[in-house]
Amino acid sequence: MRKITSFGYSLAWIFALAIWAIAYAGEAANRSAILSTTTSTQDSGLLDVLVPLFEKQTGYAVKTISVGTGQALALGAKGNADVVLVHAPSLEKKYAADGTLLNRRLVMYNDFIIIGPKDDPAKIRSAKGAMAALQAIANGKANFVSRGDNSGTHTLEKALWKAGGIDPKGPWYIEAGQGMGATLGIANERNAYTITDRGTYLALGKRASLPILIEGDKALLNIYSVMEVNPANGPRINSAGGKAFADFMVAPQTQKVIQNFGVEKFGQPLFVPVAGKKEDELGA
Amino acid sequence: MELIWQGGVKAVELIFGFDAEVWSITWLSLKISGAATLISLLLGIPLGIALALARFPGRSLIAALVNTGMGLPPVVVGLFVSIFLWRSGPLGFLDLIYSPSAMVLAQVIIALPIVAGLTMASFQSLDPKLSLQLLGIGASRAQLLWLLCKEARLPLLAAVMAGFGGVISEVGASMMVGGNIRGKTRVLTTATVLETGKGNFDVAIALSLILLTLTFAINFFLTRIQQREHLRWPRLS
Repeated sequence: MRKITSFGYSLAWIFALAIWAIAYAGEAANRSAILSTTTSTQDSGLLDVLVPLFEKQTGYAVKTISVGTGQALALGAKGNADVVLVHAPSLEKKYAADGTLLNRRLVMYNDFIIIGPKDDPAKIRSAKGAMAALQAIANGKANFVSRGDNSGTHTLEKALWKAGGIDPKGPWYIEAGQGMGATLGIANERNAYTITDRGTYLALGKRASLPILIEGDKALLNIYSVMEVNPANGPRINSAGGKAFADFMVAPQTQKVIQNFGVEKFGQPLFVPVAGKKEDELGA
Repeated sequence: MELIWQGGVKAVELIFGFDAEVWSITWLSLKISGAATLISLLLGIPLGIALALARFPGRSLIAALVNTGMGLPPVVVGLFVSIFLWRSGPLGFLDLIYSPSAMVLAQVIIALPIVAGLTMASFQSLDPKLSLQLLGIGASRAQLLWLLCKEARLPLLAAVMAGFGGVISEVGASMMVGGNIRGKTRVLTTATVLETGKGNFDVAIALSLILLTLTFAINFFLTRIQQREHLRWPRLS
């Protein structure tokens, strides 16, 4: 009995390793770069255009991992990605300061908007700016859906609550814990207020039928930057591949593609390219 | 309702329009979950048999672990496999994270206890006197094992179906260790999550319908084998 099972085991292991090896052989190790980025770049469809372009230009294969900005940055800081494309300037600066992520460069921006029920129960339409609008929502205990996932959008939302002196808690404050698309879906179903980036809002079209109530506040700028991962963060980091992608994102040709992205489908561009500019030069 | 109808129409469009991306996603799902099921069978059947028939120290502990593992949450598997396979993890040097191989590995961990547990149960449900009889008529140990396998083949097919069904339908682990990368690790379940997030409900429904059709076809095939065998048994009524 024992003899047979141990024979069966070794056979099984050999088989398993063989299949593994076959699957593994198909992948070129060093020609692939891992990009960790936000759900908004993926859900808006921008990466579906840019990544194939980059792969064609450089021959790298890109592995795009789209998660919340918080996680995207953490993946880079731990050396589990080669380049990050994110939108939370305050968090990015922290990683830049401790040196785990390098060479922060602005790529593009659009803006966040606050959307909500048509009848606007908290009367935020007349509020002066985003912070005042959130204060009105909290005071009226009107339903508000938060991303709740430490993403770039969530980071901005938290900063606005903090600036307004509010600690959002209670049954009216709904934490979705999901990506932008799913969060918009929840806000839509619950007829609640939420903050979203304009790109995802436009890309979702009729699924996000709540009207825009607040826009144009400078506090609502949504700035995307690209940062390279410090090769000292861990083993096996493809810093050449990461740098190539970062360079690609700010190259004039790519910036032109970004400028035109979405015009055909949504009648307006989803992102404004801003490579080479500084943050305080951007106007809402 | 209208949405489901739209999804159905979209599914027909995508399948019979031979949409290249949908076909490659479907094919990848089959390859990954098929490989995972195969490996689970190769490892799980011997393990299940050993747990059912052999006596060794720690047997009941392993049996309990296997039974617990039959309900292992895929996201938990995904998390731990990710931690091990990330470059920062102990197996990072293998460069497996965000690859189909990583997904196979995670799915093996999900399916292995299911296969082993059901194998163990099916061998334990055999009449113990059968082994004695077979040995009595002079079967060697290898022959005994082979005959017992033949005897237990119907519940073993159930183990195959349960293992495959468990992995082809799981999304948590595939999403975490595979990364849902277009053209590389995007499978039917992760693509469904993505399309739902994008608000493309018709495509999401279409992908779901493809997944359901696929699992139904495979289970139908296996069930037919299983039931055909079963019909050879004498009828009770």
